[in-house]
Amino acid sequence: MRRVAVIGVGQSKFGELWDASFRDIVLSAGIEAIEDAGLEGREIEALYVGNMSGGRFLSQEHIAALIADYAGLAELHIPCTRVEGADASGGLALRQAYLAVASGLHDIVIAAGAEKVTDIVDKAMEILASGVDREWEVFNGATLASLFAMMARLHMDMYGTRAEDLAMVSVKNHRNAVKNPKAQFRREISIDVALNSPYVAEPLRMFDCAPISDGAAAVILASEEVARKYTDTPVFISASSQATDYIALSSRKDFTRMDAVVFAAREAYRKAGIGARDIDVAEVHDSFTIAEIMAYEDLGFAEKGKGAELIREGVTEIDGDLPVNTSGGLKACGHAAGATGIRQAVEITLQLRGDAGERQVDAERGLALNIGGTGATAVVTIFSR
Amino acid sequence: MLPRFWRKIKHRYNLIATKCENCGTYYYPPRNLCPKCRRKSRIVEVKLSGKGEVLSYSVVHEAPENMKDQKPYVVAMIKLDEGPVITSQLVCDCKEVRRGMRVKAAFRRCGEEGDAGIIYYCTKFVPE
Ligand SMILES: [Zn+2]
Repeated sequence: MRRVAVIGVGQSKFGELWDASFRDIVLSAGIEAIEDAGLEGREIEALYVGNMSGGRFLSQEHIAALIADYAGLAELHIPCTRVEGADASGGLALRQAYLAVASGLHDIVIAAGAEKVTDIVDKAMEILASGVDREWEVFNGATLASLFAMMARLHMDMYGTRAEDLAMVSVKNHRNAVKNPKAQFRREISIDVALNSPYVAEPLRMFDCAPISDGAAAVILASEEVARKYTDTPVFISASSQATDYIALSSRKDFTRMDAVVFAAREAYRKAGIGARDIDVAEVHDSFTIAEIMAYEDLGFAEKGKGAELIREGVTEIDGDLPVNTSGGLKACGHAAGATGIRQAVEITLQLRGDAGERQVDAERGLALNIGGTGATAVVTIFSR
Repeated sequence: MLPRFWRKIKHRYNLIATKCENCGTYYYPPRNLCPKCRRKSRIVEVKLSGKGEVLSYSVVHEAPENMKDQKPYVVAMIKLDEGPVITSQLVCDCKEVRRGMRVKAAFRRCGEEGDAGIIYYCTKFVPE
């Protein structure tokens, strides 16, 4: 396998983009990535796109061909493929693009992620919940939030994680988003506001839950040799790992841990030849605040049951030893389902290149964790300078 | 949702699980393949007692359209006495639910589907 580098990144604004169509937002991300890489466009040999549910959000399937068309790639007739794994679709697309370059099949590949959800705003959360077991969870009354709430309840009872700890994750991510011009919610919130927001599914409140957003992101991957021709600051993908678990939470052994994350992380560290302590910055999948606390543990940043200590001690703050979700995370940058995994890769690349502007941290190695649903799919990607 | 729902109606109404006779594990929702034994699976259908205890729960305040008339309601992960864990609505006072609480299955109205307002029923749980 060859070394693979990120040579260009782009991202649309995340949020409720009423004025923009699916095509508009994808194009803005794609053009930004192509310009960032200094490509002309026709060098691209393949496209992978993560999209969770074009069919339900837009009544539009065949998303990869549509994107290729509007990105001006149709006449190149290159292979374009949509990849789906609920809200891990972006992470999966990144991994497919990585494999295509690492294997030697292609030299330059674009990995994109895109979702347009606000065209049917009242059903968006229900569509996002199609990433869990519809027949045996949703049908029986569970919502996506309530499944994470049940994980949170157990984590609180077993390990002493408090509502305040969850709120602090939200406060941190909102604070980071202020410094991210592409973020959906660019305003600080106080811990009191978070703790007094209405319940969505007890013990989770409104500020524990990421929004569902419109957005798109794109990264351009190239082999090391080709990357050197385009950039002096390539960011390498040192490992890409993916794991799967039972789709229904109730089938798993431990509801306070995501085994798919544990397995994907272990494999990623092994491939990269590093340990959790070598990670300097991370983007994790905080679809709900409890998921960020669990990610600290499942990724090995904290011991099992001690995830909340990282947020209490400020370790994962932007000026801490291990900043997490410098972009604002899913909570405050926004969660555009299939775009999120690519959006995370954009943030880590910017951080490692030193292009993260006001939210820049000092980092040589970064990690992105993208999960689908309640963690039946997990993708862990490790990046290095 | 209706066709998928009716297909498993026997299992939903009567809490019919499957059991792998090779390793003795019960599965609900029913599985036709035991993940532990795979090709050695020997699956038979068994009726569950419908009794169990609450492992975790949540009070749902933001509900999907077809459940809105029921909110706030309790959803719980219930460990049945035979072993499998199921996610189900628990019909009780929102303040009454506790982890470890004993519960039993009951036949209840589940929701309405579509404009015609077809009412469908399913197994929920109530305090024992
Ligand atoms: Zn078996």
